[in-house]
Amino acid sequence: MVIDKVHIEEVLRQVTDPEIPVLTIQDLGIYQGFEEIDDKIIVKIIPTYTGCPAMDMISVNVKAAMQEAGYENVEVKLVLSPAWTTDMISEEGSRKLKEYGIAPPVEKTSDKSYLSGEQKVVPCPQCNSKKTEIVSQFGSTACKALYKCLDCKEPFDYFKCY
Amino acid sequence: MTGDKKLLQQYVLQLADNVMILGQRLGEWCGHGPVLEQDIALTNISLDLIGEARVLYQYAAEIEGEGSTEDDYPFKRDVRKWRNLLLVEQPNGHFGHTIARQFMFDCYHYFHLKELVNSPDERLSAIATRSLKEATYHLKYSSEWVIRLGDGTEESHQKMQEAISDRIDYFDEAFLPSKIEQEAIIADIVIKGEKIRAKAWDKFREVCKQATLTIPDVEYPQKGGKDGLHSEHLGHILSELQFLQRAYPDSNW
Repeated sequence: MVIDKVHIEEVLRQVTDPEIPVLTIQDLGIYQGFEEIDDKIIVKIIPTYTGCPAMDMISVNVKAAMQEAGYENVEVKLVLSPAWTTDMISEEGSRKLKEYGIAPPVEKTSDKSYLSGEQKVVPCPQCNSKKTEIVSQFGSTACKALYKCLDCKEPFDYFKCY
Repeated sequence: MTGDKKLLQQYVLQLADNVMILGQRLGEWCGHGPVLEQDIALTNISLDLIGEARVLYQYAAEIEGEGSTEDDYPFKRDVRKWRNLLLVEQPNGHFGHTIARQFMFDCYHYFHLKELVNSPDERLSAIATRSLKEATYHLKYSSEWVIRLGDGTEESHQKMQEAISDRIDYFDEAFLPSKIEQEAIIADIVIKGEKIRAKAWDKFREVCKQATLTIPDVEYPQKGGKDGLHSEHLGHILSELQFLQRAYPDSNW
């Protein structure tokens, strides 16, 4: 089989996250390229959260997308290093998250406030109000916390800084 | 496996078993949490811990080779082969008991991972880097609840105090060396308990103080789990955890 690298890249970049379908694995920063070993294409993905059930789903979706594009012999390899952080989410990804109603991470993991554990203001993705408060540190999926807006009264998900 | 490989694998299993059993215990709260948000929080933490257990079991299986898989360890070993702390197998009790157990484990886990990040073993270092981010949130969560309940109403204070007193005997096992940890051959891989004990206890004391809780003296620290000597609770956990694989060996979804 002829391997068209540009084509493969294109196919892989369009695979989306099953929980947050507006984000591609490229936007999330978990797609780490692919390599060819003999006839096999090995796609490298870094897990977001160690226990994230979406990882298995993403592997299945990657294989499915590749098969549809005509590549049968595909393996998805989870690599542990570099460890994923929310800093790897692209600007495009952050924008899409907000549009989807999920507040994107408000800081980099290298920020002092993150390291000291002090709480940052998370603006409401619906009305942009800064008057919001945390409901729970743990939300509907491993990567999100639950917030509510004190102005528009809407609850919303916040993509936690990791 | 050669001698040093075998020891490394046993050490990895010791770390994996802690997070597996605590993850299983927290999973028992699913659908039973005091309020929806806490039900979700406890099961989220469970998911993080089982995720950590998986990558550690995968590593153990790779070291062992010969067709071993990550599933062999949680599903096919009997009580005496498990190397987890006695603390993590203790029953959920009331919410305060669960929080006390979690807080003690988090104090240990957080500082342990912080050291493990610098491990000369690249795989353990990568796993720790990932899990430390999660453990940071766990410690924050359990600390906040200890304070909220301890410095809360008269009843919440009394229950949180009862929980700390009931579980304190199990805290120190995390820092006492197991037989495996004393083997010189893996000395550079093992994170020595004495290296993190003071930091973990400082954090524990600081939070208890803020929570207006009294830390009772520990007369007889409970230990043995890391060497395979368990309380009666572990067998019951395994009977549930392993039932399907025992009844229908190698069944798959």
